[in-house]
Formats: sequence, C-alpha cells, structure tokens
Amino acid sequence: MSSIRIAREKTAGGVMFLLTAASLLLVVAMGIGLYFKSAPILEEHSLWELLSASEWKPFRNQFGFFPFIMGTVWVTGSALVFALPVSLLTALFLTEYSRSWVKRWVYPALDILAALPSVIYGVWGTLLIVPWISERFAPRFVEYSSGYTVLASSVVLSVMILPLLVSLFVEIFSTVPQELRDASQALGATRWQTSRKVIIRRSLPGIFAAVVLAVSRALGETIAVLMVCGNLPQAPHSLFDACYPIPALIANNYGEMLSLPLYEAALMFAAAILFVVVLLFNLLSRIILYRIKKA
Amino acid sequence: MKFKYIEEFFVRILMGAALALVFAFVVGIVFTVFHRGWSCISWEMVSSLPGGGFYIGKEGGFLNAIVGSVYIVGASTVLGLVVSIPVVFYLNVFLRSSSKLAYVARLAYDVLFGIPSIVYGAFAFTLMIWLGLRTSLLGGILVTTLLIIPVLIRSMDEIARNFPRDLLDASYSLGATRLETMGVVLRQIMPGIATATLLSVGRAIGDAAGVMFTAGFSDSIPTSLSQPAATLPLSIFFQLSAPQAEVQNRAYAAALVLTGIVLVISLVGRFIMHRFSKNKI
Repeated sequence: MSSIRIAREKTAGGVMFLLTAASLLLVVAMGIGLYFKSAPILEEHSLWELLSASEWKPFRNQFGFFPFIMGTVWVTGSALVFALPVSLLTALFLTEYSRSWVKRWVYPALDILAALPSVIYGVWGTLLIVPWISERFAPRFVEYSSGYTVLASSVVLSVMILPLLVSLFVEIFSTVPQELRDASQALGATRWQTSRKVIIRRSLPGIFAAVVLAVSRALGETIAVLMVCGNLPQAPHSLFDACYPIPALIANNYGEMLSLPLYEAALMFAAAILFVVVLLFNLLSRIILYRIKKA
Repeated sequence: MKFKYIEEFFVRILMGAALALVFAFVVGIVFTVFHRGWSCISWEMVSSLPGGGFYIGKEGGFLNAIVGSVYIVGASTVLGLVVSIPVVFYLNVFLRSSSKLAYVARLAYDVLFGIPSIVYGAFAFTLMIWLGLRTSLLGGILVTTLLIIPVLIRSMDEIARNFPRDLLDASYSLGATRLETMGVVLRQIMPGIATATLLSVGRAIGDAAGVMFTAGFSDSIPTSLSQPAATLPLSIFFQLSAPQAEVQNRAYAAALVLTGIVLVISLVGRFIMHRFSKNKI
C-alpha cells in the first residue's frame, strides 16, 4: 500500500522535474534553432557586414540590417525618454504621496493599459496619434510628414511600456525600509527631498533593471509599431522620419521569405538578433531584481 | 518661502500631471476605440462569416475570427494550465526555497516571459517547416500555449510562495506524501490560479505576432486541427490595411469587440484579486 504511494510520489516528482527543466530546454532550443536557420546568411556575409550595410535588396543578395537596427534604436530610445519621467513620477506618487482611495483608481487604470492588446494600441495610433502628428504637430517643425513616423511609434510604445515600468518601480520603491524615510523626514526633509535623495538613490540599481526590462519589452513589440511606423527601410534622422524596426521587418516579409533561401535566413537572423539582445537584457535585469527582492 | 517648499509644490503639480496623463491615455484609448467602433458595428458583423468580395467591402462579418480566437485561447489556456500547475507545485513544495534548480527555473520563466511573441512565432514557424506542417489551428494553439506558460507560472508562483508552510507540515504529519498534499495547496492558491488564468487569457487573445506565423488566416471556421484559423487581432490588422472604408469600418468594429472582451477580463481579474486576498491592494 505505502509502496504504491511512494512510487506514485516518485514518478510524479520525476514528471514535474522534467516539465520544470523543459523551460530551460526551450530557451536553449530557441537559441540553437534560430542560429541554425540563420547560419546560411552568416556563411555568405560577415556579421559586421550584415549589421553595418544599409542596402536592403533581398532579390539582389544585399542584406543590410543597419536601417532596421537604427529604426529599432530610435523608436525604443524615444519611447523610453517619454515613458521614464511619467512612470517615475507616477510610481513615486503611488508609494510616497498617495492615499489609498487614489490607488484604488490608479491601479485598475494601469491594469487596463497593461491588458490592452498590441493591435488595439495600433488602432488607437492610426486613429488619433498619426493624424495629430501629420496635421497639428509636425507642420510646426517640418514641411511635410505623413504622420507614420518614429514619433508616432514611440508615443504608442511609451504608453505600452508605462504600466510595466510603474509596477516595477512601485515594487522596487516599496522595498526601501520605512525607517530610512522616517530618518530623512525627521531631519526636516520634504517628501520630494526624501524621494530624491533617499528613495531614488537607494533604488538606482532597481531603476536600471526596470529600464532594461522595459527596453527589452519595447524592442520586440510588433503589431502596434508596424501599424504606425511607416515601414520605409531607411535609417531615420529625426523624429519625423518614417522607420522600419526589426520586428516589423519580420512580420511584413514572412510571407515571401520562402521564395529565396537566403531571404529566409536573413529574417531568421533578424529574429536571432532580437532573441539574443532580449535574452541578455532580461537575464541582467532579472538577476538585479532578484537581489533587490531578497535583501 | 524656502526653496525646498517651492520645489515640493512643483513636484506635486508634475505628479498630478503624470497621473492625469495616465488616465488620459486609458480613457483616450478606450473612448477612441468605442466611439469609432460603435458607429460601425452591426449584428451581421459578429454573427456571419466573410462573404464573397469581403475584402473589397462586400457582405459578411468576422465570426471566423471570433471563433478562431476562442478555439486558440480556450485550448491553449487548458494546455497551459495542465503544464504550469505541476511546475508551480514542484517549485514550491518539492524544492526547497534555497534550491539552485528553483532559482534557475524561475529565471528561465522570467526570461521566457520577456521574449517577444514574434520570436516565438519565427521559432515555431521554422519548427513547423522542419516537421513538414503547414499553418494550422494546431500550430496556433501550440505557440500560444508556449507564450502563456511563463505568464501562468510566474503569476501563480507569486501567490504560491506566500503559501503558509505550517499547512504543509500539518499535512505531512498526518502521513500524506508531498504529492497528496497537492489538494491542500491547490485549494489555497485557487484565487491565484483564477487570476493567472485571466491574465493569460488576456495575453493569448491579444497576441498577433505569434499566431501570424503559425495559425495563418482563413475565411471559414476551422473544422479540424490541421486547418488554418483566423484570429481577432490579425483580422483587425488585415482589414485595417485595406484601402476601402467599408473594410476598415469592420476592423474598427472588431477592435471594439476585442477591447470589450479584454476590459471585462481585466475587471473580473481585479474583482477576484480584491475579493479573495486580504493583504493586497
């Protein structure tokens, strides 16, 4: 009787171990799979050539990823510039200033932002942000803009990463011991002085980790950006240029990629770039965040 | 007045502005989608399949996308739960909290959570070509399952970690094995499972990049696992890229349906959290 129960326990333990270990295997398998699929293009062109060339003509065997990389960098960078101050202020407000009835309204609002699907952000971008940029905002700075620009993509992206940033910041700020706040305020510091010189200073590693995590989220965002970025393979020079980030490249061309073996390898190489960057960013920031939580 | 009070005053104004901006975005997005969608939506759109000439503005609706999304989300949520409940149980009951394996596994799931769905899609696509499969309902279900497993595990784990150890000890002292303690644990983390499920349904229903590669698109409702299936986000995306206003209007109607579903899920999730957990906001 008891031996059956123990045997059952052992088997269940084994199965569960396999399921748990499969997560690791999935990460490794993804890396290996993408590497092998992109190997053909790495044999024909050097890594440096692929990353730095700016001509994208798949049917003439020219695969330059530079415009797409620059598009990604521009969009992600400016999204972060927009989202960081708003999310820092919101998180500080929630942890240091706000009363609980305000929180009862703010958290559900952030929940909704986090839950809205990417494609809905895209619809919002095309309905509201793009016309606003092309009709109202851009004419003050440049002669003509279609509205499908770096600016539109980064505004949409910044709203998408806002809830992630706020929730990470709130989590990090609430690990700061209450005694430190009390000590600072006992010395006559105002709340903002406490926030700036105690809370933020102590949370700097966590803030860094949260930013890296948000950047890696923004890097892979596909549909919403695809709908508002303009999809022109050029390296953008200003916020009012169209751009073409890497995920958009993959999503737009997967249909015709099977027509040419190198084309497929090129798109898989694009996915591999994303995978490697996101993997490294995630590892870095998660390890920092684990340390903070433990302490 | 001292500088620090002036500074404090300005920061408070800035914080108010940041908060107002957050609410403006939420209200702005929901209002835009509802306002635009409400004027386009009709019963015919949500209850009929695309007719002939659908993509140049003729008759039909997007029932194919609604049903496809329901199939994919339902099946992948069930599959995801079957995989992730044992993993969460293993991490929290079988392994010690200082275990290296638990640390690495949690890290791996966090990393998997961060990997963009387009990379999942591309990876699954190469896998399917390698196995000789075509885009199908099955492919969509599998890639969505992979996509939501990290969400399920991490959010259930968050609850299960606060599980009172005494309950485990009580169960062991009655002679139960660790496996038999599962009933006790499951009952305790039920609200966690419910919220995790809703979270993952939300992520699964909104995903477009992953299923684009694997489930494909079709104008009819799939009758077997090997047929391609349409999904709501992709249907919105494709219809919106059409030049005709009639087709675009249907995209706005579909966006309204999708947003409605997601809002309901998010509110129910909050309600469950609120109802069943005492120490959370």
